[in-house]
Formats: sequence, structure tokens, C-alpha cells
Amino acid sequence: MNFLIEQASSFAADIDGLIIIIAVLAGFWFFVAEFVLFYFIFKYSRKNQAQSEYITGEEPELVKWVHWPHIAVLVCDIVIIFFAVKVWYNVKQDFPQPDETIRVVGYQWSWKFVHPGADKQLGTEDDIEMIDELHLKVNTTYHFKLESEDVMHSFSIPVFRLKQDAVPGRVITGWFKPIKTGQYDIQCAEMCGIGHGIMGSQLYVESEEDHNKWIQSVNGQGETLSQVQ
Amino acid sequence: MSNDHDHHEQSIWEKYIFSVDHKVIGMQYLFTGMLMALIGGFFVYVFRMQLAFPGAEVLGWGIVNSAEYNALVTNHGSIMIFWVAMPVLIAAFGNFLIPLMIGCDDMVFPRLNRLSYQIFLISALVLIASFFVQGGGFGGAWTAYPPLSANANYNLTPWGSILWLVAVALEFVAFLMGGINFITTLMNSRAPGMKMYDIPIVVWMIVLASILFMASVGPLIAGAIMLLLDQTMSIGFFDPAKGGDPVLWQHLFWFFGHPEVYVVLLPAMGIVAEVMTTFSRKKLFAYKTVLNTAIATGILSFFVWAHHQFVSGIDPRMANIFTVTTVIISIPIAEMCFVYIATLYKGSIEFTTAMLFALAFLVEFLLGGVTGIFLGASGSDIYFHDTYFVLAHFHYTFVPIAIISVFAAIYYWYPKMFGRLMNETLGKIHFWGTVISFNIIFIPLFILGASGQHRRIYNYENFPQLATDGMQNLRVVATMGLIAMLVSQIPFLYNFVTSWKKGKIAGNNPWKANTLEWVATSPAPHGNFKELPTCYRGPYEYGKMEGRKDDYWPQNEES
Ligand SMILES: [Cu+2]
Ligand SMILES: [Cu+2]
Repeated sequence: MNFLIEQASSFAADIDGLIIIIAVLAGFWFFVAEFVLFYFIFKYSRKNQAQSEYITGEEPELVKWVHWPHIAVLVCDIVIIFFAVKVWYNVKQDFPQPDETIRVVGYQWSWKFVHPGADKQLGTEDDIEMIDELHLKVNTTYHFKLESEDVMHSFSIPVFRLKQDAVPGRVITGWFKPIKTGQYDIQCAEMCGIGHGIMGSQLYVESEEDHNKWIQSVNGQGETLSQVQ
Repeated sequence: MSNDHDHHEQSIWEKYIFSVDHKVIGMQYLFTGMLMALIGGFFVYVFRMQLAFPGAEVLGWGIVNSAEYNALVTNHGSIMIFWVAMPVLIAAFGNFLIPLMIGCDDMVFPRLNRLSYQIFLISALVLIASFFVQGGGFGGAWTAYPPLSANANYNLTPWGSILWLVAVALEFVAFLMGGINFITTLMNSRAPGMKMYDIPIVVWMIVLASILFMASVGPLIAGAIMLLLDQTMSIGFFDPAKGGDPVLWQHLFWFFGHPEVYVVLLPAMGIVAEVMTTFSRKKLFAYKTVLNTAIATGILSFFVWAHHQFVSGIDPRMANIFTVTTVIISIPIAEMCFVYIATLYKGSIEFTTAMLFALAFLVEFLLGGVTGIFLGASGSDIYFHDTYFVLAHFHYTFVPIAIISVFAAIYYWYPKMFGRLMNETLGKIHFWGTVISFNIIFIPLFILGASGQHRRIYNYENFPQLATDGMQNLRVVATMGLIAMLVSQIPFLYNFVTSWKKGKIAGNNPWKANTLEWVATSPAPHGNFKELPTCYRGPYEYGKMEGRKDDYWPQNEES
């Protein structure tokens, strides 16, 4: 489905799969309804039908035409709900064990990312703090701890199909596993003031080798803001 | 409701400005709503130009900076929902139609009705004033999430955000008064003989919408007062540093915000039912089903609000419950659509401008309806939330509701309002121009949303994946569509104004319709009917009926 952008996380394909299921089911009803509607519009135009019939819509042989589709819609709904909940559960409720954990902090109008550094432990000396730049290792399961310092922001990585609001006063945990190297956009998807339009960051998903090189290049040391920028 | 007020001469002042006549108040709401629509339309023109040609000077505005951009999108949304859709669909048509269609002389509480409009007018003036205060208009989105909306250090619009909130709160008060009036009038003032199932669907829908509004708005009024206290006195209801919770606002807002969708949808569906039955000469298919599905939708709409908050930090387990309720609401809505389509079956359709708009409502609303499922299903909403996909989805519901159905209503009831018919040729130019350009605007926005374009960004250059030529071209197409849609309103405005004096004289019942408003003279005088009508049957007796030459049977005609 090249309608949507690339899939760079382990659950992106699941979410796209759900989107396709809905597109097929909802699309079916959409086209059936539009087809019948247009068919009636032409068939029963005054040109083709000089006088209308008196029909109450309570005749059993006509009601069934509304009644059966109505049950079929219910069946489609159940299928959609099933897959929606399944995908949701995988992405938002059932977190796999993390290999590493990062901290993500939104503030007007940047993202601050705290990487665990070479020791893979957050909250230690060698943490790497970056503004508007997130470096991840491909095929690694991450947990993120999401915070906000001021207003609502929303941590959004379209290629991951990931979105989570950052709420001041809370630390919200989530997870993802990048599966494709490359450079991608990180957005803030919640209106957060006059700088909302510039609140973008870059995501670098790197191979293990490149990722280690990057850690080396920032010297394995906790970076201060001035060094980063 | 005695006729004590209809026989003395009135001054212009009494007749048009401080009138208590439901028709005049309806017109006041209609014209105020139309003027506000011009402002909302101008705002969208300015910010869509900025999106198509970032940084360029916009004719009639100048350079658009990010603060202005935010204020423009925020107030476009606020205006179109609170100062256009609600006043026109509910207040204008509710006031104009309810007494005429149920066959009485006026609202039960005419003075309350006048007060309702006056407060509404003040709310509109307060909103307009908010654009001109120091710091500029509020730019924190029409949903006004705190802490951004609560704290001037964050939003940088110390006065704009307060005035915006006051304006919205006043508007709610105005509609509460109107709602009381509609409900009481329908209960007490129906023409003799008009039973439950003889009430025209549009009247039912407006009254059901008023009940929904009154039942859902309470928590938001409380929320608005809390937010106002946060803004002005830093109380901290929504400030976590003071023990408050910003997500609470979202619950209060969306507990109202989702029923609000149906508050405007139901009257639109009602209008479409009236227009469709008249011009297909068909009885409404399964009247009781329409009524029941409307009630079911209304009740369900109170249990779906958190689908706006799947990724907002609510407990993720809650999302599952709200997915179920939200997806289930598709059942009554789908049923309603099926029944409307079935109404055309074996009809004899006349393509007047009003009918074209009513049919276009169904054609377009179906797309808005099915795209909602992508957003109601929690799993896919993770991706689509706050993208242009959402924006395109709700414009495919709101434009049919607030624009297309309203045009159907104006072309249909214009003769009753002003005694003359609108010009059909201009009407058709207006129709095709509006509907085609509407699709040119929003189909590209679906594609942009699916490609990850998020909302409320004044310039996509900061996002390399969104700054491609292909996507920029789609933005330009959407803006061109918008300009075409705005230009298409010129024949309408011209038609609306000139038909007033020069249109063909309509007569009492130009469409050969059944409902009671067509018994009154056109335009209906103060007091409405020479002699109050009696109702003998349901509103949709159209078609080949045994022992009748005509294919319609007015509600007031004795058998
Ligand atoms: Cu933001
Ligand atoms: Cu909703």
C-alpha cells in the first residue's frame, strides 16, 4: 500500500493491515450504498418515472432490504472491532521486554531525547542528551518514557505508526522496535503554541555499527545542551 | 400563545430588531450565521493560501506569521461550528420551522427566544473583538486544550484566549434558552390532531438535537468556568503543578464535543428528509425507523467521547471500550442512510436545486461516515489521529451538514420566507460549483493525511518527509478547490438578494408539499395562520393513492 509511507517499526505493518481490513469492509459498503443511490437517482427520475408509488417502508418484503444489510454491517463491525483491539493491544498495552530505554521530553518547541549511551542504562553518567535528534539502533526493542515540561505535545513518528501525547505532570511509557535504517521525521502532533509548526525532530535509525560509531563520536559522555547545538 | 400580539401595527424597530416573532428571530439567526460564515470562509482562504504558497503575501491579508496562522485555524473551526452550523441549522431553521410546521402562531416563550438571539449576537461580537485585542486572537485550536489555553505564558494571547472562552460560553447559554423553547413548543403547541408520528422529521430532529445539546453541554460549561478561573486567577484546575489534571478538560470537552456532531447532524438529516420526500413524491421510508435510529444515535453518542483521546494518555484499556461503542454507532447511522436511499425507490424525482443539494448530502456524507471507522478503531487511529485524514473525514461530515443541507433548506424554504422563488439556473451553477470544488479540496487532504501530514502546521518545510513536491502539489490543488468553492458562492448570494424583490411569486405551496408551513401565506404573516390548522394525517403522504387524483395529501386537508 504505497498510499501510506514506509513501515519502519515492527508494528507498522500490523496497523497498516488493520487499515486495509477497514478499507475493504468500509469501502465495500461505501460503494454498494453509492451504487444503489445513483441507480435510484437515474432510474426514478421524473423522466423515467412519471408518477411515484405509495410505499410506507413497513412492507415486510421491502423492510428485508434494509434489515439484512443492517445485520451484515453489524458483522463487519465485529470483525473491525476484533482487529482494532488486537492491534491496539500489541502497540499500546502489551510491551515486550526492552533492550534499552530512552527518555523523551517535549517542551515549547523542541523534543529532548535522552539516550542511555554505551552502558545501555538510563540515568547514568554516559547518557547522551540531544535536542531534536533521536538515534536508534535497528532491530532493538525500546521503551520510551514520555514527558512534557509545559503544555500538551504529541510524540509522533509516522514511519513507526506511533503517536502518543505527552502530558505535563505524567510520565507515559510506550515501546517500539525500529526495523529499517534511515532518516525520518519526528513530529509534534498536538497544537502546542506558536512554535508548533517548527516542532520537528529527526530520527536516525542506524545499524549496530553506525550506532556505536555515533556513540563514540559524542564521546560516550553526557552532552550538555551547548555541545549538542 | 394567544393571538393578542398579532393585530397592532408595528414599527420597523419592533418588527425587525426587537421582534419576538419566531420567524424574524429565525431570520436574525440566519443572517448572523451567514455573516459569520463569510468571516470563517475568509479565514480559511488566508490560511490555505499560506499552505499552498508558504511565506507569500496573501491578497487581502499580507504575510501570515505562525501566531496568525494558529489564530486563523482556531477561529475558522470555532466559527464554523458554534457561529454557523449551530445558529443556522438549529436556531434559524428551528425558530422558523417549528411553529409553522406544527401549526401554531409562535414559540411558547417568545421573549426568552429574543433574549437567546441577543445573547448569541453578543457572543459573536465578543468573538470578533477577540481578534483585535493585544496579543491577537486565540490560537490554541478549537478544542482549547489546557495548559496551553489556560496560561498566557504558554499561548501568548492573554486577552484573545479569555475572550474566545467567554464567547463560547455565552453561545452555549443562548442555545440552552433556544433549546428549552423548542422542546416546550413541540410538546405543547402542536396543531389539534397532530400525533407523535405526524410530526415532520425535521421538527423531531431539531428537538432531539436540542435535547442532546442540553444534556451534553453542562459539563463543558462547568469546564469553561474552570478554565476561565485558571486563565484569570491561576486556580489550577488543569495545572498539574497545582494538583490539577489537564486531561480532565479533554473529557469535559469531548463529552460535549461528540454529541455535538449529532446535534448538527440530526437537523441536517431532518432537512434532507423534507426535501427528498417532496421532490421524489415519496413517503419517507419507515418513518418510525428514522426516528428510532436518531434516538439510538443520540443515546450512543454519550458513550463514545474518548475516541478523541485514544492517544491522549488515558488508560489504554479504556480505548477498547470506546472502540466498541464508536464502531457500533455505525449501525444506526448506516440504517438511517439505507432508509433515506430506500425513500427514492419508485419515486418520481424532480431535480430542483434543493433536491440536488439534498441528494449531494447523502452522496458526500457517506464518505464522511465510512472514513470515520478508521478513526473510531483504536488501532488505526494511532496513525491517523491529528492528521489531515481526520480533517478530511470531519469536513466530509460537516460540509454536507452545515453547508450542503443548509443550501437545500434555503432553496426549499426561501419561498416561505420571502414569498418568492429563487432562480433555478443560478441555483444549479451554484450547486455544481460548490459540490465539485468541495471534493477537489478534500480528496487531496485524505491523501496528505494518509501520508502522515499532521494538522495545524503553518509551513511544512520543517518536515523533510512532508516537504516533497508531490505533497506540495496536493496542497496547491486543495487551495485551488477552496477558491473555486468560495467563488461559487457569488451566484448564490446574488440569487439570494435579487430573488427577494424579483423572484417569481411563489404562492402558498409552490412544491405541492404536505406539511403545515405550506398552508400559511408566503411569506407567512405575524401570527402565521389566518386560522390555525388542524392535522389529519402524517407529513409524507405522497404517491399514487387510491381515490385521489393528486399525488400528495396535505396534513390539514379534511378527508
Ligand atoms: Cu506541537
Ligand atoms: Cu467524536
